[in-house]
Amino acid sequence: MTTPAVPAGSGTSEPEVPRPWALLAELTHACPLHCPYCSNPLELKARSQELATGDWQDLMRQAGDFGVVHTHLSGGEPLLRPDLEEIVTAAESAGIYTQLVTSGTGLDQARLGALTAAGLRSVQLSVQHADPAASDRIAGRRSFAAKERAAALVRAAGLPLGLNVVLHRDNLDALDAIVELGLAWGVDRIELANAQFYGWGLLNRAALLPAHEQLAVARDAVDRWRTRLGGHPDLVWVVPDYFDGVAKPCMGGWGAVSLTVSPDGTVLPCPAAATLPGLDAPNIRDHTLEWIWDRSPAFNRYRGTAWMSDTCRSCSRRDEDFGGCRCQAFALTGDAARTDPACGLSPDHGLVRAFAREGGADGPLPYVYRYPGRAATGQPDREGVSRSGR
Amino acid sequence: MTTATSDDWRPALAPAILLRRDRVRSTDLLVLPERVVVLSGRAGAIVRLCDGGHSVPQIVGELSACFPGAPVATDVPVFLDRLRAEGWLR
Repeated sequence: MTTPAVPAGSGTSEPEVPRPWALLAELTHACPLHCPYCSNPLELKARSQELATGDWQDLMRQAGDFGVVHTHLSGGEPLLRPDLEEIVTAAESAGIYTQLVTSGTGLDQARLGALTAAGLRSVQLSVQHADPAASDRIAGRRSFAAKERAAALVRAAGLPLGLNVVLHRDNLDALDAIVELGLAWGVDRIELANAQFYGWGLLNRAALLPAHEQLAVARDAVDRWRTRLGGHPDLVWVVPDYFDGVAKPCMGGWGAVSLTVSPDGTVLPCPAAATLPGLDAPNIRDHTLEWIWDRSPAFNRYRGTAWMSDTCRSCSRRDEDFGGCRCQAFALTGDAARTDPACGLSPDHGLVRAFAREGGADGPLPYVYRYPGRAATGQPDREGVSRSGR
Repeated sequence: MTTATSDDWRPALAPAILLRRDRVRSTDLLVLPERVVVLSGRAGAIVRLCDGGHSVPQIVGELSACFPGAPVATDVPVFLDRLRAEGWLR
């Protein structure tokens, strides 16, 4: 790893590929919740395949040297890793700002104290609905009370707290109550992320797709709240790309801004990219982060515009949306290099229009809950998190 | 929400916001929970003095000594107000 030792303008050139800013560390796929919208792949990595403590520590050192500024410690539920504190310390020592992305289950005073002492900077907490029973039903587990306690602990510790809510047909109508919940919990930021359909979530698309009117009402509500709140808490609306006719600038471009490391050390340009056939994703056990980012075929596959179809290559928006999402193009058309069907200019846009019309059509549909190795029952199980996982 | 810079304001970074030197990109950064702000030019030198101890006139004074001829007295208070309006300085 080379760091420019001389100031810019005195002969050094910028690295060929701009360096990544952020690292999504999926520390484990184990999770106490069973959310139907889970975007993790159908095939989860077993705990026996997970990177060891030392692997994550070494990765954080490499990432800091390479220019990564932020890491999101996520999963699954990262609190299920008993060595989370050691990983936080490694990131902090490497100069990387740490954010814990958690369901809140298992976050007690002692654990938060240990994480804060290790250098944890901020927390993002998921909630499934503003109503406790509805939240528990969507999560497939009694968890709302634990989330409420976790929020209070994070506030008391003085860490910035963000609320993350995946929106779909069963909670969009509660948008006002969700914002009010965030205010009551004293959060700094509310991420209102319209469900995207990858991994497990694709199985539940029919049950989760909202009606068009639901979205329109929710969007208006967000506008009203933004005006009223004046920027605090910050409301982030992640667009529902099935409905807007506009492709999202997925990940800010392939291998452009951030990278994801899966529990087993697979390094990906985005969390869903493991599904792409023939990607041959590199593993941090086998290669340096520098080689993976700069040189690996996987990270170079959809960089720039040479790979694009004519639809994208000739489009004035090609440098704004980068052709949209490769994983969605693959999931819907079988060809990851096609224009994202979410884009109104895509020849495959009819596929997305057809799905969008189905949204909210019938009464509530049952979820296919994510229970590894078990049949879906729809019954929330008992509260409490096993530290050893499942 | 911007207020005129008063002489007794001693700017400090809001909690959980870090000023970091990015050695790889040779620039200063403000690092927030969900975003990174690249501080171009001498912005980093200004923010580095926002330690809760220096008043705005003191910051202007120190920078004027370091960068003679620069329009510090007019530009720096405006810059500090902008950062306060964003919620990054208190």
